[in-house]
Amino acid sequence: MQLQNNVSRDQNAGYRSIETYRELGLVLFIILLSVVFQIRNHHFISLSNIRDLLANTAILSILTVGMMMVIITRGIDLSIGSTMALSGMITALTVSAIPGIPPLLSLVQGMTIGLATGLINGILIAYFNILPIIATLGLMNILRGLTYLISKGKWVSAYQMSAGFKALSTGETLGINNLVVFAFLIFAAYTYFINNTRTGRYIYAVGSSPETAELIGIKRRRIILLVYTLMGLLAGLAGVLWVSKFASAQGDTAVGYELNVIAATVLGGVSVSGGRGRVSGILLGSMLFGILANALPLINISPFWQQFIQGIVILAAIISNVLLQRRNEKIVLKKRSV
Amino acid sequence: MAEESSINEIGKPKSLAQFRWELFLFLLFVAVNIVNSFLSPYYLNLDTFLSTPMNFLDKAFLVLPMTMVIILGNIDVSVGSIVALSSVLMAVSYNAGLPMPFAMLLALLVSTTCGLINGLLQIKFRELSATIITLSTMTLYRGIAYVILEDRSAGRFPSWFSFLAWGYIGKIPFIVIVFGITAVVFMVLLQTTRFGRIIYALGNNKTACEYSGIRTGRVILGVSVLTGLMSGFTSLFLTSRMGSTRPNVALGYELDVIAMTVLGGISTSGGKGRIVGPLISIFLIGFLNYGLGLRNVSAQVLLIILGLLLILSVLVQNFANRPEQKPFSKSGESAAFGHLSDASGGSDIHENSAQGG
Repeated sequence: MQLQNNVSRDQNAGYRSIETYRELGLVLFIILLSVVFQIRNHHFISLSNIRDLLANTAILSILTVGMMMVIITRGIDLSIGSTMALSGMITALTVSAIPGIPPLLSLVQGMTIGLATGLINGILIAYFNILPIIATLGLMNILRGLTYLISKGKWVSAYQMSAGFKALSTGETLGINNLVVFAFLIFAAYTYFINNTRTGRYIYAVGSSPETAELIGIKRRRIILLVYTLMGLLAGLAGVLWVSKFASAQGDTAVGYELNVIAATVLGGVSVSGGRGRVSGILLGSMLFGILANALPLINISPFWQQFIQGIVILAAIISNVLLQRRNEKIVLKKRSV
Repeated sequence: MAEESSINEIGKPKSLAQFRWELFLFLLFVAVNIVNSFLSPYYLNLDTFLSTPMNFLDKAFLVLPMTMVIILGNIDVSVGSIVALSSVLMAVSYNAGLPMPFAMLLALLVSTTCGLINGLLQIKFRELSATIITLSTMTLYRGIAYVILEDRSAGRFPSWFSFLAWGYIGKIPFIVIVFGITAVVFMVLLQTTRFGRIIYALGNNKTACEYSGIRTGRVILGVSVLTGLMSGFTSLFLTSRMGSTRPNVALGYELDVIAMTVLGGISTSGGKGRIVGPLISIFLIGFLNYGLGLRNVSAQVLLIILGLLLILSVLVQNFANRPEQKPFSKSGESAAFGHLSDASGGSDIHENSAQGG
């Protein structure tokens, strides 16, 4: 018993130190990139650009919170881009029909739509045993189709939206962009939730070993349902923020955005084999992604390179994850044999 | 005795359930055709029936290897991107002066290489699911296509190239003949060869397979390469049908292909299903699309229908499989695979098996 305790503590310590190394690596990489970008374009490190950067990364980082929970439970959600489009479109249509609607009510409306789609995903995956990729792939197309149907192929443009609605993401609170404030609040609540509450820890337990989790009495299905519902909720919120930020709701809003979110999450060290990932990681992951997206146009790299770079980054991230994990396991095995 | 019977059962209809599913698909197919014939008075004749598949058969080449992939218990979402990449490279290299036959060969070579890379990544990094690997290569391959062609289109192929998609041999379209031959090859591969049987075995119980000394890596690699090759076929026929190509070609094909495969009765939990089902569902969905086209139904509604079909067919199968699973005990399964393994050596058993501790 004593021995086992030691081993698991060692394993944990090893895991933690390796995670810290990885995050240090990410920080160094971010610094290196910033220096290179700064040399190529002197506007990169300026107050206004950093503000832009933070505001542009905020929506991505909000979504990585949900995706982190999903990936920790060994799942994946491909439907969030479509959820964003649907929630953004419906709220924008509502705003253009009833200009007097309070912006906060729009937020609630978008979040409700997201909650509903997330709930459908969660029920299909948790209670009907459909693979996450199949269920969310199906829903991705259903929701996208619905968005086009509801909008009848038309856009909702800036002039149809009330000033209050647009201020949701362009306005400032205490001199800080609202989007950043939203992201900060969500991250604060999430950090507490995932690290300090029982349900939060259950999410990790379900991800690292579903069988064991069930054996010790965790209601695995409920946790899975919760995870996808929260993901949907955040995607609904992000959809409203997106539409309010770009002041335009289109049928193809956020097409393929799920890949950015998955990339940033995986880049932040959330392991796709489940059970591993830290809040600091996804924060760094989305920062790095935001910097890449922000800086590539600044240093005149064609936007057509973006998808390629994104692909390389995801691949490198998941492979380095595996290699680190393998090294970690070797170290633990060695320690145990001594 | 129990072992004997379970060997015979692998991959064959375990009960009437699967046979019934295929029959159900076939009846659905007939129903769709009856409805279509009401929609258009010109519908019900042999020529229409033979020429309609020209509109959707290019995609169908992907369903064949996807059946193998899903029987393995994996998912491959990179097929659409491989089609785009090889199509773009073919067009660009032809426009740069490469003779068309060589450009076509190049397309096949590129797609096969893409498949090979997917496979190598899968067997080198077994901790990663095929989903996440193909998700990242999906981004990568299409990314390369965008880097090469940006937002332009490329084409101006020689006129004979359109024969692939639009040509006839006698009364039968060329693509129908090629697809027929390929389908038979895949059916034989999957049902009668050792390679095919191992695919079922792997899908049923990977660990047992590895412990029985089956070189699972080779099989996974083989399936990935076949997937790549078939993506090349699709890119040839698709490019020929459209006459030009762009980096966003074949976008979302993975959904269509996975939906057709799963609708065909291939269980996403792996190890089950025959290729006949997906073959029927290719024609079912193809003719359904054609009929909806006759009614001027928009592409967005098709998206919704396809998504619903995908989820519903998995739902129905999950329910149908539930009572079946119980009598087929785990121990029976692994014993059955013990029989299959005449290969020597367990070199492919990955170090991971030591992970348990």
